[in-house]
Amino acid sequence: MLEIKCPYCGNRSQNEFAYGGDATVKRPELNSMISDQEWDEFVYYRKNPRGNHLELWHHVSGCRQWFKVFRNTATHEIIQTMEMKENP
Amino acid sequence: MHQEFRTSSGGFIDRSKEISFIFNGKKYYGHRGDTLASALLANGIHLIGRSFKYHRPRGIFAAGVEDANGKVQLYKDNITEPNVNVTEVELVEGLRIESQNCWPSVGFDIGGINNFFSRFFPAGFYYKTFMWPKSFWYYVYEPFIRKAAGMGKAPLDPDPDRYEHQYEHCDILVVGSGPSGIASALSAAKNGARVILAEDKSRFGGSLLTDNVTIGNKNGDEWVEDSIAELESMPNVTVRKRSQVFGYYDHNMLVMFERCKDHLKNPAPYTPRQRLWYIRAKHVIISTGSIERPLIFANNDRPGIMLANSAREYLKVYGVLPGKNPIVFTNNDTAYETAIEFKAKGINTTILDTRKSSNAGVVQEAKNLGIEIKFNHGIANTSGYKKVNSATIGELNNTKDGYKNLQTLPCDSIFVSGNWTPTVHLASQSGNKLKYEVETDTFLPHQSRQKETVIGSANGSFTLKESLADGFKKGFQISDEITKNSKELSVPISDEKDFRLHDKFWCMPLPNNKNYKRFVDFQNDVAVSDIQLAVREGFRSIEHVKRYTTLGMATDQGKTSNLNGLQLVSDLEKKIVPEVGHTTFRPPYTSVTIGTLIGREVGKNYQATRKSPMHEWHEKNNAVFVDAGLWLRPRYYNRGEETLDEASKREALNVRQNVGICDVSSLGKIDIKGKNSAEFLNRVYTNAFLKLPIGKARYGVMLREDGMVFDDGTTTRISENHFHMTTTTAQATNVLSHLEYYLQVVWPELDVNVVSTTEQWAGMAIAGPNSRALLKKLFPHDDVSNEGLPFMGFKEFKFKNITARVFRISFSGELAFEVNVMSDYGEEMWNEIMVLGEDLGIQPYGTEALSTLRIEMGHVAGSEIDGRTIAYDLSLEGMLSQKKDFIGKRSLTRKAFAEKDREKIVGVVPLDKKTSIPEGSYLVENAKASFPNPKLGHVSASCWSVEYDNPFSLAIIKDGKNRKGEKLFAVSPLKNIVIPVVIISQHYVDPEGKRVRS
Ligand SMILES: [Zn+2]
Repeated sequence: MLEIKCPYCGNRSQNEFAYGGDATVKRPELNSMISDQEWDEFVYYRKNPRGNHLELWHHVSGCRQWFKVFRNTATHEIIQTMEMKENP
Repeated sequence: MHQEFRTSSGGFIDRSKEISFIFNGKKYYGHRGDTLASALLANGIHLIGRSFKYHRPRGIFAAGVEDANGKVQLYKDNITEPNVNVTEVELVEGLRIESQNCWPSVGFDIGGINNFFSRFFPAGFYYKTFMWPKSFWYYVYEPFIRKAAGMGKAPLDPDPDRYEHQYEHCDILVVGSGPSGIASALSAAKNGARVILAEDKSRFGGSLLTDNVTIGNKNGDEWVEDSIAELESMPNVTVRKRSQVFGYYDHNMLVMFERCKDHLKNPAPYTPRQRLWYIRAKHVIISTGSIERPLIFANNDRPGIMLANSAREYLKVYGVLPGKNPIVFTNNDTAYETAIEFKAKGINTTILDTRKSSNAGVVQEAKNLGIEIKFNHGIANTSGYKKVNSATIGELNNTKDGYKNLQTLPCDSIFVSGNWTPTVHLASQSGNKLKYEVETDTFLPHQSRQKETVIGSANGSFTLKESLADGFKKGFQISDEITKNSKELSVPISDEKDFRLHDKFWCMPLPNNKNYKRFVDFQNDVAVSDIQLAVREGFRSIEHVKRYTTLGMATDQGKTSNLNGLQLVSDLEKKIVPEVGHTTFRPPYTSVTIGTLIGREVGKNYQATRKSPMHEWHEKNNAVFVDAGLWLRPRYYNRGEETLDEASKREALNVRQNVGICDVSSLGKIDIKGKNSAEFLNRVYTNAFLKLPIGKARYGVMLREDGMVFDDGTTTRISENHFHMTTTTAQATNVLSHLEYYLQVVWPELDVNVVSTTEQWAGMAIAGPNSRALLKKLFPHDDVSNEGLPFMGFKEFKFKNITARVFRISFSGELAFEVNVMSDYGEEMWNEIMVLGEDLGIQPYGTEALSTLRIEMGHVAGSEIDGRTIAYDLSLEGMLSQKKDFIGKRSLTRKAFAEKDREKIVGVVPLDKKTSIPEGSYLVENAKASFPNPKLGHVSASCWSVEYDNPFSLAIIKDGKNRKGEKLFAVSPLKNIVIPVVIISQHYVDPEGKRVRS
């Protein structure tokens, strides 16, 4: 079980959190012309990297904030956690 | 009572207390402090059970968790547990044990015939033989395997014991209380670190309990006692025995089970049987010691053959002689100590040593004591069916692949030692890449992936001096990184015997022209010939050899067999062990009972139970409850002898005719505030929300980004920047997460806050033609007329001093209102409504009637919004705004979503107007078509329409739009029924929606 540092609450065990996927995915702007390709990339396609990955986590059983976790998917090392407005 | 193999003195048992136990129907005695294994051996019992595959007689092979043979069925106080290891159970009053895997008895076992057919049970036997024909699996193969290989009986009753979970944090977790473990714990604790020291056995000390050593001016066991007492007195230290750390997970999370109850004679009430600890440690010190390795020789599995150091442990710790005429068979110096200890009790042994000579101090000591030593000898075979009675021994030839001569040596036991295997399981589980050390023939920890340090013999330090020095040093260094106290202890002077090298020879040749079995893995009955066969058949990867032969699998996890198996494969492939590599060690290190893993989360505690504020009223009024997620909701209210169908029909009909009240508190409620709230809702819902007037509710549908309908509900504008959203009971938490995601991740610029208020409001739906009359009585000073509170209107009224939010919304299709009051007033309000509604014919209704009402109105719910349907499928396409963008809209242009014959919701009525259609039935055009019959769609919800008094269902079927009036068949292969049906509109009752607006 991972230990994740919520930027608002501090170190907590993984069972307090929900995983939220790739944090680098950007939702296309509302009311913009979006090609099928772009939309498919946004809705369906995700990379599955072995190594460092910037991802979203949600502190569901805590402060209910979404935040970013920079994590190595192979070793589970968490390099950094940060608020949504920050970047590694 | 006489225990024939108990010494007259010595050991750590309490000889003043005699405890009886029953083994296979016969009564025996042991002492407090015994394990079942030591008590059995004290009575001369070696034969415990039968082996897994060949049903060979097997006996106690070791004294600790590495014993793979001593599995029994344990009974105590009408509770039974299978596959219990006799070396791990402490003797208490009232134990009864029975051999397992044998029929009719352990002495005479019919399955033992497998042994004579053993050439038909080679490696991969199960894969090769039981492959086909497929039908044989059910009738021939599986029953045969099950009967022949039965491993104990699972208990049939619920586990009456209590198990608990505990979370703990510490600076340093020390696993194992041998010399290095105690040294590091002392050193770290004195330097101020918060330490947990865990020992799996019932006594601290590890090898210090059996070795003749001194530390400082104390004997080894005295040093243990004093050190543990000192640690226990320190506030920063937690010391636990009977506690097995069995798993090492990510971020230094370790799990340990503590045996709290089974060893107690009179446990206090509510004592948990076991406690599962989740320990998050800043650093882990692994001092788990090492396990003696067996030697491999023909028929090396007979009862009476055991590890040499285990024999010494039985003697020194329990005062038990596992044999009175033993042979010690070794390829190294350590086993000599066993012979010396037995000699001290007056038991003469013969030592067979595969080496040509040894000049270690301990060997010289044995010589001086006059113990007979035969160097360069091996055991070629053994005899004795239920217990070993002789060994065929011989001098090894120069190439060590045969014997110069053979002779028979009578014996009643053989104590074997084939060198030592460091217990690296935890380090390996943690991700440590092990390296092979050729000098000691061991895998040792190498590169840690997490913060762990392995010390003592687990790290290949096989002398006390090294282990102590290592323990004190590492304990200090690791703790100092955390505490910076710089308090270092000096290492005490120690004295121990001189042990040296071992022979790189461990697998004895067979006598000429004999093909006796030489076992490598006792638990899985894997012999040398099986591994040879696997390699011959082309299995190269050690992981494949493991699975093909089952070497090192199951609860044993290769504790005694791993290294021997690897060496064998390496020799066969003419490689060295590091090239072959090792298999992965997996948690748990030893068997863990499932009750411990589950803890208190059983039965009604499996999940939290959510109850509405009116729950007690429902209970008092004969509600029969149903699980709705975590919620308990009234399904119906029982009156007399009614069935579920009768009660729910009565309740639903009463809503259509008079007035009903339903507890809707479980609906998700989300409070939304902020100046961009309307804009946000406009993006979340498919329909327009920007211009929703204050004091009005609106039905809304939300999608996922892939276009599927996610949830529906009503949202009310309470003031300009304040909204009250409702969600379905099932999706309440998911909708909140969804909203938080868009607000925090996607559109952080929006000034909106959302918070769940589900539990803050008690909700009650008042539905039926008399509902307005009732409301009038409830709020006599307020205007509840069609003009004052029109359909989809919202008002705040006062009832006494209670503020009530009143929404004119309807799920039943009748004129209806939903009243919300703060939870604490819920029951009071509900009671008032029941009293005021009495002369209007009010009755409470449950989820079953609620379902009936919504189905016959054609309202969709969770069985239709199942994550696979788009708005069109649910006839909600009118809810899709053409003028604005919203979440998921772009996906709706996908081709499949626009196909002409797309699925759509319809109503279904059986032609006979009698037969209810099971939910989940398929709709097909031709009931007699051959399999697979093309399926048009499925029945999503069924009810008995109270309006028409016949069955009615909703279904989602292909081209549903154009099928009204078509005659189809509903088929339910599970129930084997076919029902002719006709397709009609989904809106069976009041299709124009006049009633809700009346
Ligand atoms: Zn938090």
